[in-house]
Amino acid sequence: MTGPRQRPYTRRVSTATDVDVTARARDLLGVSRLTNSALTGWLHGLPGVDQVGCEARAAGLSTRSIKTSSKAWAIDLAISMIDLTTLEGADTPGKVRGLATRALVPDPTAPDTPSPAAVCVYGDMVGIAKETLGDSGVKVAAVATAFPSGRASRAVKLADTRDAVAAGADEIDMVIDRGAFLAGDYLSVFREIAETKEACGDARLKVIMETGELVTYDNVRRASWLSMLAGGDFVKTSTGKISPAATLPVTLTMLEAVRDWHDLTGEQVGVKPAGGIRTSKDAIRYLVTVHEIAGEAWLDNHWFRFGASSLLNDLVLQRQRMATGAYSGADYVADDAPSAY
Amino acid sequence: MPTFEYAPAPESRAVVDIASSHGLFIGGEFVEATGGKPFKTVNPATEEVLSEVSEATADDVDAAVRAARTAYTRVWSRMSGADRGKYLYRIARIIQERARELAVLETLDNGKPIKESRDVDVPLVAAHFFYHAGWADKLEYASLGSNPRGIGVVGQVIPWNFPLLMLAWKVAPALATGNTVVLKPAETTPLTALAFAEICRQADLPPGVVNIVTGAGATGQAIVDHPGVDKLAFTGSTGVGKMIARSIAGTRKRATLELGGKGANIVFDDAAMDQAIEGIVTGIFFNQGHVCCAGSRLLVQENVVDEVLRRLKRRLGTLRVGDPMDKNTDVGAINSKAQLDRITELAGVGEAEGAERWDSGCDLPTSGYWFRPTVFSGVSQSSRIAQEEIFGPVVSVLTFRTPGEAVAKANNTPYGLSAGIWTEKGSRILWMADQLRAGVVWANTFNKFDPTSPFGGYKESGYGREGGRHGLEAYVSTGQETT
Amino acid sequence: MSTRVDVRKTYKLYIGGKFPRSESGRSYEVTAAPTGRRSTPRFLANAAQGSRKDARDAVVAARKAQPGWAGATAYNRGQVLYRVAEVMEGRRAQLVQDVRDAEGLTAARAEGVVSAAIDRWVWYAGWSDKYPQVLGGLNPVAGPYFDISAPEPTGVVAVLAPQASSLLGLVSVVAPVVVSGNTCVVVASQDRPLPAIDLAECLATSDVPGGVVNVVTGRTAEIAPWLASHRDVNAIDLTGAADADGVDWADLEIAAADNLKRVLRPGGTGAEAVEPDFAPVPDLSRLSAFLETKTVWHPKGR
Repeated sequence: MTGPRQRPYTRRVSTATDVDVTARARDLLGVSRLTNSALTGWLHGLPGVDQVGCEARAAGLSTRSIKTSSKAWAIDLAISMIDLTTLEGADTPGKVRGLATRALVPDPTAPDTPSPAAVCVYGDMVGIAKETLGDSGVKVAAVATAFPSGRASRAVKLADTRDAVAAGADEIDMVIDRGAFLAGDYLSVFREIAETKEACGDARLKVIMETGELVTYDNVRRASWLSMLAGGDFVKTSTGKISPAATLPVTLTMLEAVRDWHDLTGEQVGVKPAGGIRTSKDAIRYLVTVHEIAGEAWLDNHWFRFGASSLLNDLVLQRQRMATGAYSGADYVADDAPSAY
Repeated sequence: MPTFEYAPAPESRAVVDIASSHGLFIGGEFVEATGGKPFKTVNPATEEVLSEVSEATADDVDAAVRAARTAYTRVWSRMSGADRGKYLYRIARIIQERARELAVLETLDNGKPIKESRDVDVPLVAAHFFYHAGWADKLEYASLGSNPRGIGVVGQVIPWNFPLLMLAWKVAPALATGNTVVLKPAETTPLTALAFAEICRQADLPPGVVNIVTGAGATGQAIVDHPGVDKLAFTGSTGVGKMIARSIAGTRKRATLELGGKGANIVFDDAAMDQAIEGIVTGIFFNQGHVCCAGSRLLVQENVVDEVLRRLKRRLGTLRVGDPMDKNTDVGAINSKAQLDRITELAGVGEAEGAERWDSGCDLPTSGYWFRPTVFSGVSQSSRIAQEEIFGPVVSVLTFRTPGEAVAKANNTPYGLSAGIWTEKGSRILWMADQLRAGVVWANTFNKFDPTSPFGGYKESGYGREGGRHGLEAYVSTGQETT
Repeated sequence: MSTRVDVRKTYKLYIGGKFPRSESGRSYEVTAAPTGRRSTPRFLANAAQGSRKDARDAVVAARKAQPGWAGATAYNRGQVLYRVAEVMEGRRAQLVQDVRDAEGLTAARAEGVVSAAIDRWVWYAGWSDKYPQVLGGLNPVAGPYFDISAPEPTGVVAVLAPQASSLLGLVSVVAPVVVSGNTCVVVASQDRPLPAIDLAECLATSDVPGGVVNVVTGRTAEIAPWLASHRDVNAIDLTGAADADGVDWADLEIAAADNLKRVLRPGGTGAEAVEPDFAPVPDLSRLSAFLETKTVWHPKGR
């Protein structure tokens, strides 16, 4: 069976890795020098987002139901899109190893179950995860830049990033400085993202907006565009430490942003909702939204991820249910990280 | 790789049991018509005959009016408002209990997507009865004048686009204010009204308070002309509305008329664009565009027209047209062959007039009545497709340069039912809302309805309001009683 | 002893703030209401006999004035209309004389009618900034929307003024039409038109913009059908169809249906038209008959 797991990362569209983002930003904004006021004018010139209309659209998409054959495919796709995550102060090597092992064998009773895209850990656990995952194809993602608050000096944040990359992280999940964003210091946010991207080297950079702190969809849209302008490879909703974490309308707003960015620049940027997505039903709603808003090109774990810990369990349950025809139960899902949710 | 396909997710028909033939509901009983030619009602999505329905003759209408008069004088006008209200509450609850069945029946008979009948029509029907139930014993607080009370027998003629919802808009305020009713549903969509008759029986509504007579134009005319009718309420075309206004001229019959429209949906360059696109779609493709208040004229600020059209077309590409019973369907069947012919004809006129025609090219079912969501761009104010109500999934796109020009174009029509405004600038919304000659103005939203919110038109879109405190006015007499 | 020869007034039409003669050049004789034993009617004036073209011009003037009048603030409209009452008070003597002549009243009763007419005008003037709150308001819809309904003027209203009550009746039908921002074309009482022209002079010398009220004198049966069928007229008040020679209000209502005019039917029951008693303080029905309810929705979001 050719499942999403086997699909290698492909660069169908160039990403910002090899461009000078500041030069490109000047070009896009039509200015000779990238200033905060130029960025402000550009971001505030984006169309607004009407909360009620946006939420109504998301609710409408939630009522779609998909074919059984598509559902089986969608469940495997969703599993393959998971960044299996543990981000606790109590994380131990044992827990991280368990999680990584789980990523390699999501369901011992069904070896054809695809692996999640990545295991997502704190920077000091990258080495441990890497040991287990080796060259399995499952990536190691590390949160960095003084996650989750982002309240540290630029130097510390960049060191945090370099440290994780040096330890073998394939992907970096950074947080933006929400304080700077809300204070209107967009240039600072831009620079921090650009510098972090540079520090990433070959690692892909996911930029966490922490939308629960940005509050409005207008801010979500502006922060998404700012991140893309600064060279982020993914826009990501949340740290999982703040409520609300990912919501469907927030993700929809981000999907509109990456779609429109692609229209504008030809570049494809990924989207990662994180936190609060626990059930297969939720996951499929997100996939429907990806499909209708951004389009099929994003239905791939190179371009869409779920930041989740317990979602895998429910997807495996549903997978078993589809295989056996009977409803399954938690006792039939091997869980190496029962404390993670 | 399997493409991401939506399942055919058909709602089950098992919840409805459609009788092969239906009589008239007069005086609390289903009775045979006294003549008249029975007619068939079909599922417009399949052309399958659903049932045979009686045609009420003038004699049948007379019997219905008499039954309504008797119920009015002997029972309903004497009953306390509180008790009238309790009957309405009962009806509201039964509608909620039978919601699934009513939604399926509506979709079968009308062709609208099940997600609309399920999520919009039927919940609003229950809400209308619930809302008006509470008014029944509070009329003296409604600032309607002194001694508010029912008028008598109300004749009501309703259209096929929202069959049960229009029934609710008519029946709920009429009963709450103490009137009795003779109602005629549209000839192509009689089934939910007949189901409502059963609901009246389940609620033990006194016989004759609600009478339902089926038929076409002649039956409607018999209601309009009947001397025993004190008030008429009509929703339908402006042409028929004018005929009714003429018919009752020189009499003391009162009327409320909800008629046609050619609503302008105005998009400014600073609009919340993604939501505006949704609003355009909701405005004209909701209920296949069979909506009197549809945003059928899209007025776009000229500097963003290309962008809006590009986004709109992309969005229309994701609309799912087909089996109305499928929960994933966005656009259902055109209600009748006659309506399909009219839409087809006017779309042809649009093309002949030189407007640029576009549709998504989606597949359509082979049987039934269908029309692809269609966009005409480059339309001028003088085009017929910018002036005439098409009543289908066809939007005409015009441009404007300034707010003043948008207002002038929006108002440049004999109609005045609805308008939409899309801009993020608050003061402009309020200025525009003041200037637009339309009974309902939706700003940054479209096609929203609520029992508390008065609905109705300016100019040739009719007169009177339905819903809210205002809607009660049409159904009450005030001041001293004259004998 | 010699008595002074008085200077008499020429009674003309009132259209767009001006006092033109009828474009038809016609006039008709207006006589005093018969009182006592006098057998020959007393001549009062030759009033302009307005034509369909005068009515048409009046509609044009009314349409032109309507947006500005409706666009004035309610406070401003209230003051402007109150000013009319002030001017009427100043012209009281003439009004009393013309009402006496027109209606055949005693001086004391004519005084009473004029007082009532002025008070009626003041009553309606005070409504300008109140009826929108009384008749409109917020609708508690089930969703995240701000939803408000407010009354707006219907537009241009044709008014058939009462045939008998030449001033109090006239004021009682005109004031509720214009207070909300409508403009109107008034067909004055056919046989008692002079108080209507007096009122027009009060309007012209107050701050009411030209075209807000237009007065056409002449034969009701000649003019009314043109107004009833006029497509640029939004509403028609048929009150003056009662006791108007050769006028069948059913025909006018049929004509009005052509563009779905709002029709205020004459008083009475059945086909009979009866002029109402204008003495009691009215309710809001005449005001609200020429209003449209506009409902505006807007989402509430962050």
